[in-house]
Formats: sequence, structure tokens, C-alpha cells
Amino acid sequence: MSGGETSVSEADGNGGIMGQQKNLEGYVGFANLPNQVYRKSVKRGFEFTLMVVGESGLGKSTLINSLFLTDLYSPEYPGPSHRIKKTVQVEQSKVLVKEGGVHLLLTIVDTPGFGDAVDNSNCWQPVIDYIDSKFEDYLNAESRVNRRQMPDSRVQCCLYFIAPSGHGLKPLDIEFMKRLHEKVNIIPLIAKADTMTPEECQQFKKQIMKEIQEHKIKIYEFPETEDEEEMKMVRKIKDRLPLAVVGSNTIIEVNGKRVRGRQYPWGVAEVENGEHCDFTILRNMLIRTHMQDLKDVTNNVHYENYRSRKLAAVTYNGVDNNKNKGQLTKPDTAEGMSPLAQMEEERRDHVAKMKKMEQEMEQVFEMKVKEKLQKLRDSEVELQRRHEQMKKNLEAQHKELEEKRRQHEEEKASWEAQQRILEQQKLDASRTLEKNKKKKIF
Amino acid sequence: MAATDVDVFSNEEKRNLSLGGHVGFDSLPDQLVSKSVTQGFCFNILCVGETGIGKSTLMNTLFNTMFENEEASHYQNGVYLRPRTYDLQESNVHLKLTIVDTVGFGDQINKEDSYKPIVDYIDTQFENYLQEELKIKRSLFNYHDTRIHICLYFIAPTGHSLKSLDLVTMKKLDSKVNIIPIIAKADTISKSELHKFKIKIMSELVSNGVQIYQFPTDDEAVSEINASMNAHLPFAVVGSVEEVKVGNKTVRARQYPWGVVQVENESHCDFVKLREMLIRVNMEDLREQTHARHYELYRRCKLEEMGFKDTDPDSQPFSLQETYEAKRKEFLGDLQRKEEEMRQMFVNKVKETEAELKEKERELHDKFEQLKRMHQEEKRKVEEKRRDLEEEMNAFNRKKVAAETLSLSQPLKKDKDKKN
Repeated sequence: MSGGETSVSEADGNGGIMGQQKNLEGYVGFANLPNQVYRKSVKRGFEFTLMVVGESGLGKSTLINSLFLTDLYSPEYPGPSHRIKKTVQVEQSKVLVKEGGVHLLLTIVDTPGFGDAVDNSNCWQPVIDYIDSKFEDYLNAESRVNRRQMPDSRVQCCLYFIAPSGHGLKPLDIEFMKRLHEKVNIIPLIAKADTMTPEECQQFKKQIMKEIQEHKIKIYEFPETEDEEEMKMVRKIKDRLPLAVVGSNTIIEVNGKRVRGRQYPWGVAEVENGEHCDFTILRNMLIRTHMQDLKDVTNNVHYENYRSRKLAAVTYNGVDNNKNKGQLTKPDTAEGMSPLAQMEEERRDHVAKMKKMEQEMEQVFEMKVKEKLQKLRDSEVELQRRHEQMKKNLEAQHKELEEKRRQHEEEKASWEAQQRILEQQKLDASRTLEKNKKKKIF
Repeated sequence: MAATDVDVFSNEEKRNLSLGGHVGFDSLPDQLVSKSVTQGFCFNILCVGETGIGKSTLMNTLFNTMFENEEASHYQNGVYLRPRTYDLQESNVHLKLTIVDTVGFGDQINKEDSYKPIVDYIDTQFENYLQEELKIKRSLFNYHDTRIHICLYFIAPTGHSLKSLDLVTMKKLDSKVNIIPIIAKADTISKSELHKFKIKIMSELVSNGVQIYQFPTDDEAVSEINASMNAHLPFAVVGSVEEVKVGNKTVRARQYPWGVVQVENESHCDFVKLREMLIRVNMEDLREQTHARHYELYRRCKLEEMGFKDTDPDSQPFSLQETYEAKRKEFLGDLQRKEEEMRQMFVNKVKETEAELKEKERELHDKFEQLKRMHQEEKRKVEEKRRDLEEEMNAFNRKKVAAETLSLSQPLKKDKDKKN
């Protein structure tokens, strides 16, 4: 009587179903949707969390300042290299910047002390812990019953600074990237690229990419796009990975133009000159074209991985503690369901099991009772029969006795009757004799 | 997807910095838009109204296309919902539109339960989304969202007031879905009647506490137009897919002997206003409200029903894992207890029945013991009687013998006497 009609148009939750194609015969107006989305997003404002990791002195702070054209790091807010602690710290600073009506809350996370100790074993651990804790915060916020705002402090991009040795990756570089490539988007950068000639740089890049592939490190991948123009640009970027960057806090005049650069006796290395370094490519990619994608990949891939691992652990442990049926401990069953759904299923299974158990016990019980009752009835019947038998016997005896008595009585009666006649006769005879005797005397 | 709010981090220091040049993140909204365009949009409309009130025609008119629809009969046993999904495209925007029709609404004699299938359908879509959201391995970003974004409630153009069915239904729906009430077949009401009708409807809605969708006025870009439109609710609409030549133009209209009602003429009806508000200005807001308000309410109620609570924010931070584990332990303990209870009940039952049966057995034995004793008694009596009889018989025999010996001697004397 009620409910949706099960037709082709029911959603199956997996990318949805193909609806019927309909051609519009006039302007409807939902082409305006993107504008609505635009308007709302501007009103909401944007956030981005960027992490910079690398040994001290590689120019991380300078690069950040150059990227965002602002004094994020300054004497009042010194960069990580100036804040070296005994152990690796993970610290963040938030800045609000505005451009063209768009508000951006930028969180820069840096790691003072990274790679600077003599023994750098596990110096990546604080970084991993930090990223995981941000995932956990988000997971908890997302899982609340009452969730109003969900602040997103997840790390959306990690710029990893490689020292320009010219030879290859250091063991620390490889270790770090291997441990973090499945938690965060890693963009490896060659720092202080102005210490290498273009040929050296080219060689260095080749070597690094080779090593990255060898160690199966997954650095951030640019998404495929259908747009030809975009694909061309993406391919261009891919060819130049890892990007070799130069940063600068100073503005120098070159040929009448004011540019950011580093002044050397032999010339000026311009930060924004594409022939000097890949800084412009980095900025375009990171900020102007792929910032949203970095956020999406963090949300849809890295966070989801974290979440499913975390939740699978919960349900797996939970199931383990209980006496388990084979199917529930198989991880692939647990994967497809939410823990709530799994509990529901367990509950249903249990109810079914209880019902069956109840039925079985009921059956056994009934059977036993029937048996016993039957036995009782049988013995009753038996006893009854014996009683009847005994009664019959007794009656027979009674009858026999009665018969005997009757006979005896009869006999006795007849004999007594006879006796009486005899007695009478005797009496008569004796009387007659008496009479005669008397007669004879006369 | 996080509903990010810049003001959330008020407890942390946020520096305002000025930029020394063009950085380029002002393209962020464009990046976001281009992503969502690539993904495509989806929109789900629920049309609630009596059979024949013009739901299908209005949809066809709104979207400028002929969605196929058989006319519904008036003889449905109950209300059922019929969703149909269409893929539409306008310039580069793909829209997956689902139109859900309420078939049989208002046709039954007893309409007490008419709202139920509608509420159930809406809840089911929320439930499906919630289940997906709670899955361990989930793919929300390409999930086909079937949650109803807007409910167009068609009011019959009686000219007087809302029917009680309308009030009851809208009251049941207002916390679950965005409702825009519209007056259907508005070409049967005159302007003055319409004005009075609208006022009456709105006041009835207010006095019954029905919360209809308000076009948002917090965004300066659209606050003015939204505010003015809010005052025109409910929209009086006319739908038509037929084209009529008016002057030198061909417009969609309804041709009457006394004139032509033009659908897109704002002085004839509010169709243009509806289209403007529903599609061109507030479609995204409707989607957002559905997700942020109605869905969250459903989710909260559902989770609370299942026993989930947020821990006190002052104490330990909420940990999903702990809650799940605790819940699970509780749940398993519960199941264990139920099993025990059932077993115990059976044990008791068995004990009881055993006792009963033993009692019966004992009674039976007692009965037969008694009978046995009776028999013994009888037997004894019979034996006694037999002995008595035997004694008697013996005595009699002795007597007989004695008498016979006596009589043997007697007859001699008599004979002797006779000889004399």
C-alpha cells in the first residue's frame, strides 16, 4: 500500500543509476547552479592546511613567504630553523588572508628539529602522530550525535624539502616519504635550486624520480582531466617533477622591474622566472589550480583510509571478543558494513539463533512430557486391568462360596427335614407304643 | 564534506596578513565550482497533492520537457510514492533530477494515514544516506543522493482555506523536508480572491506552527529578491505545456473562451517567481538545508534512538572508538543475558513439569495402593467366610454322622417291639 515503487529509478548508492536522458526545450535555469555554489563558497570562506618538512636551513620559511607574498614568517614569528628544539616538534600557525573577496584561513604546519639531530631515527613519528591526531579529531567530530560545525584541520598538503646535494635522495628522505605517502599528499621539492646548474638539476630530478619509483613512493598525482589544455599543463608539470624552487624575501630591481630574487655577484636568480626555477609552476599548481583537488584527495582518500582502518579495528576487536561465527570475523564482511549495521546483523542473527534454540528446547521438552504422560497412562491402564482382574477373581470366589453355601444349606435343610420326619416318626412310634403299652395292661 | 566555518578557531590566534601581490587563491571558488560541475549535480523534488491537481503538468512546465506520466486513477488503495530520475543538461551543467510523485494522495475515504508513506519515503532516503555514511568503506563523494531537497505542496484552489489533510500532512513534513506551498490551478481564482486566500493560508500555517521554507536573506547578493519573494508565498501557479500564439509570440498558455492565461506572465500567475526561486536562485541553498538541517536532525534522532550519546564536552573528548566498543560490549552482554534468561526459564519449566508429573505418578500409586488394600480386605473376608462355611460343613457332617449312628441302633428296638 505504501512505499516507493521499485522501478529503474531507485538509487543503489553507487554512483547512482542512469536516469532517462531528457532534452530541454527551453531555458530552465539550473545552469545557474554553479554560480549559486560559487556565491555560497565565497560566503563560507576557505581553509587550507599546508605542512612543510625538511632539515633546517633549506629555505622553507622563505619559500612560504614567497608563495603567499606575505610575511608569514618574520622576526616576530620565526621560521622552524630558528626554533630548533631538542626533539622534533610539530607546530602550526594560522593566518587569515584575503584576495578578491575570497577569504582563506591558511594553517602552516612546520616541524622544527626534523632531520637535525645526530640520530634521526623516528623523527617522522611526531609528524605521523600529528596527522593522525588531526584525522582523529575530524573523525570524532564527524561521529558526534550533535554535530554542528566540523572544523577541518586535516593536513591537506605536505611540501617535502630535499637538500640539493645533486646526487640522490637521502635515506631519511626515503624513510619519511614511505611512511607518509598514504597519509598525506606529498609534494617533494628540491630546495635552494639556485645552487645547481640546469643540467645538474635535470640529472638530480631524474635520479630522484627513479628512486621514488623504486621505493614505490606515492607522491601527489595530478588528476586526469578531460580538458585538453589542462592535460597539456599537467603533462608539463609532470615532466618537471620534483619541482626545484628558490625563495626570496627581498625585492630587487632587474631591468627596471621589481622582482623577488636573490642577488649574487654574478647576477640575480629570479624567483618567478620560469627559466631560473620551478617556483611559478609550484605556486600555480599548489594555489591557483590544484588547491581544491588537494583538499578533495585528502578528504576522499587519505582520510577515508584512516577512517576505515580505525573503524575496522573497532569492529574486528569487538567481534573477536565474542564467541564468533565464522562469517563475522571475515574482514571483507566487516568492510562493507558500518559497525552499527554489523551490530544490527549480529542482533538479528542472535534473535534467529535464540528462536531456533527455543524451538528445539520446546520440542525436546514436549516430547519428553509426552513420553512421560504416555508411560503414566500405560501404567494406569495396566494397574486398572489388574484391579479388574483381581475384582473378577474375588467375585468368582464369592460366587463359588455362595454356591457351596447354598448347596450346604440345601443339604442341611433336606437332612434336617428328613431328621424331623424321622423324629416325628419316632415320636409317633413311641407314642403309639406307649398307647399300646397302656392298652396291654388292662 | 566539512561545513567549514572560518570563525570556528576563535580560541586560536589568527593573524590577519596582507598580501604583497597577487597570490592567486582567489581562484579557489572557481576550482570548487569546476569540480562540482565535473561531478554533476543532483536534485530531488517531491510533489505532494491530490490526484489531478496538476503536479505532472507543473513539472513539465518548470523543466520545459515532457516527463512521461500516465494519469493516475482515483482508485488507489493507499498513497504510494513513485520516484523517477532524469538526466538533464543545460550548457555545461549536468543535473540528475528525481521527481517523486505521490500517487493516490487525497483519494481515499479515510485519509488518516495518508501522510505515512510520504514520511516513510523521506526517512528511507535519509536512512540510506546515513547507512552509507556509517559504513566502514564508504564512497560518499560519488553517492547518488536521493534525499528530498524540496517538497512542493499543492494546495487546491478552493479560495477558502487549507484542508485539514493539508495541515496534518504539512505539519508532519515540516521538520523533515523543505516545504514550499503552492496554490495549484491558480487560473480558477480571481486576483482579489487570491489575495485573501494567500493571507488565509499563511495565517493558518503560522497558527498551526507549520514551518515552511524561507528563502534565505543572509547573503547580500540575493537577500533582497529572496525577501520580496517570501512575501508572495504561497505561489499561485498555472502549468501548461501547450503553446498558444499571443500577439506575434508563441507562449505557453491555457486557452479559454474568455482569454489566454499565460504561464510566464507575472501578472497572470506566480510561475516565474517559483521558477526563479526554486531553480535559479536557491537550488543550492535547498540542497544545503536538506543536508545541514533536516538530515542532521534525522541522524541525531536515529543515533539517540540507538543509544548513542555525546559525552560531556567538559570531560574526556568524544572518542568514536570507545563508544562503539562500549556499545558493543553492552550489546553482547545483553544478548548473553537474554540467552541465559531463556535457558533459565526452560530449566524452571522442566522442573515444574517434572514435579507435576511426579505428583501425578504418586497419586496414581496411592490410588492403586488403596485398591490393593481393598482387595486384600475383601480377600480376607472371603477367606473368613470360607472357613466359616467349612467349619459349618464339618459340624454338620459330624452331626450327620452322629445322627446316623444313632438311628442305626434305634430301628432294632422298634422291630423288637413290633414282634411282640
